[in-house]
Amino acid sequence: MNAIASTPLAQVLDHPGIWRRSADRQPRVRALATGWTSLDAKLPGGGWPQGALSEILYEHDGLGELDLVMPALAALTQEHRRVIFVAPPYLPYAPALAAAGVDLRFLHEIHAGSTEAAWSMEQCLRSGCCGAVVGWLPDIDYRSLRRLQLAAESGDACAMLFRSAEHAAQNSPAALRLKVSNSDEATYVDVLKSRGLLTTTAPLLRMRA
Amino acid sequence: MLWACLRFPGLAFSAAFAAVPEAGPSALLDHKARQRLIAAANTEASSLGVRRGQSLAAARALCPALDVRARDPAAEERLLTELAAWCYQFSGHVSLVPPNAILMEVGASLRLFDGWPVLAEKLRSGLVEQGHAHTVAATPFAAASWVFAASADGMVLPDHEGVRRMLGALPLAQSGLPAVAVASLQAMGFRRLAEVIRLPRPELTRRIGREGVNWLDRVQGHASDVLPAWQPPASFRQKIEFDAELDGSQPLLFPLRRLTRSLANLLAARDGGVQRFTLTLEHARGETTHIVVAMAAPQRDAERLFELARTRLERASLPAPARAIELDAAELPVFRPPVRDLFEPVRGDGLDWPTLDERLRARLGDAALRQIALVADHRPEYASRYGKPTDTVSPPRQRRPLWLLRRPQPMRPEPAAVLAGPERIESGWWDGGDTRRDYYIVRTAQGQQAWAYLPPGTLDGWMLHGWFA
Repeated sequence: MNAIASTPLAQVLDHPGIWRRSADRQPRVRALATGWTSLDAKLPGGGWPQGALSEILYEHDGLGELDLVMPALAALTQEHRRVIFVAPPYLPYAPALAAAGVDLRFLHEIHAGSTEAAWSMEQCLRSGCCGAVVGWLPDIDYRSLRRLQLAAESGDACAMLFRSAEHAAQNSPAALRLKVSNSDEATYVDVLKSRGLLTTTAPLLRMRA
Repeated sequence: MLWACLRFPGLAFSAAFAAVPEAGPSALLDHKARQRLIAAANTEASSLGVRRGQSLAAARALCPALDVRARDPAAEERLLTELAAWCYQFSGHVSLVPPNAILMEVGASLRLFDGWPVLAEKLRSGLVEQGHAHTVAATPFAAASWVFAASADGMVLPDHEGVRRMLGALPLAQSGLPAVAVASLQAMGFRRLAEVIRLPRPELTRRIGREGVNWLDRVQGHASDVLPAWQPPASFRQKIEFDAELDGSQPLLFPLRRLTRSLANLLAARDGGVQRFTLTLEHARGETTHIVVAMAAPQRDAERLFELARTRLERASLPAPARAIELDAAELPVFRPPVRDLFEPVRGDGLDWPTLDERLRARLGDAALRQIALVADHRPEYASRYGKPTDTVSPPRQRRPLWLLRRPQPMRPEPAAVLAGPERIESGWWDGGDTRRDYYIVRTAQGQQAWAYLPPGTLDGWMLHGWFA
């Protein structure tokens, strides 16, 4: 009794069994901080949605598209949670990964063709033992995207998919879609779609300016 | 004490037909008989009139397509041992009774297994799943259990007097007495065991010999049986030889399943697991193929072991048809089931990393899964390699790209602007990988940031080596 009485009210109300009608009506999105403060501030939940698929659509290699996800991945590996790279287009370079703070012992790479890559990504997401699964699947179709989204939900993992910006106009079941583009020597990140966010104001983030 | 006896009437048959399953009418030849006599026949052959004790010629006349094989005592013994290993999970005292029975003390295990009916059901369903015809009986006396397993399948008699009463009613032919003794007693007009047991002992000894009397004492529990306890071996090695050469991996799956199941039985008996085993295929002219199946953590599940071995076997290229397959597991480490927090919610499939790792490797191959290690080397190509990462190397202080090209390639069009550089990288004379380059961080017309180099002292011939992705 005393223990409960002496606890601050806010803590008691934090109990997941208590639902408050007056509370924020927005569904609570559990998220993984991106490490980019201005981006976190605009995303529902404040980061990469957990247990969901995020798409990063980029115009060209080398715009800083991978920099966007590195802080979150580094944080995961430092908590000893596994991060899987599925079918990366180039060699992930250890000096840069280490410099970004990635604990390489918890980073794995899967080398696979396109159908095997989609299968591997789904298996990893579904397994429940991976923190984040990052895939490069250029020719993935809507059905496979949907499977990845469901697998991420079931395994409560963060799925990140890198695709070409050409696919921006296509329909996608992803919870979050970001577009990385370049103009005037700076890189911009736009939110194309975000579950739980009604209005989008573009651009959200200006990088490398 | 409660001794359960399992008898396997089809054991000789299964042992001889282990490598290739029988198809169509098949029969077994007795290895001892001077005349070639049928020792057992499968249902298809029986329905055509092939009987035990028939001569081979007679059987062939009835059924020209009969597939006949000789009994293989060594294989029978192996199979019996394998079954003992499986039984070892139910009892600490398992004893082999060649040629085809196993005795096990289950009195001490009854509480653990919720009584005899549950235990018997476990025994039966397990044996049916492995495809072994069997009969079972349990009494306080080992010899009596052995007798009843043959004549009264499923009987369980816990009280001593009951066993003796039932024994009395048994026809002499089923009493387990030596055949000579049975014949002479029958000639004297005895029919049932009770009539024999009532005879005065010296009289009886004179008629059926000391051996026969001893047997009667053991059956009735007046003399105790000394049964050697079977101990599970510390390693596993089993080979199945084929009558014909088998081409390709598909026909090998049947013997492979037998081997992995047999291994799993031993693992269950030892309460151990296996982390690595070798499949050896023997071909003609002494050629062999070795397939190593390695797992991230010790395993013991029969189905899992089979699946892993199968995927490896199917991926292997076999140079020639196989004559024999051998499974060799030298080390059987202690099996530790994965520990999970009671209150931790299970995510998704609830796999642990070793299991996922195995599943991926089995489908994609070992080379597909890798880790990236940092190496203390100045040369860009050597600073990162595939292998086990350590945390002793610290990264260089200069900015490095996240993507490295597999090999540098000419950069077209040339960079629009140079953002930083040059950084001269020059070393490697000691191992022939001599490098001398000026690295720059450059920007392309599309706004990409790249890591590119020029040969020292020149201003064109840009080579692209990485992307600051």
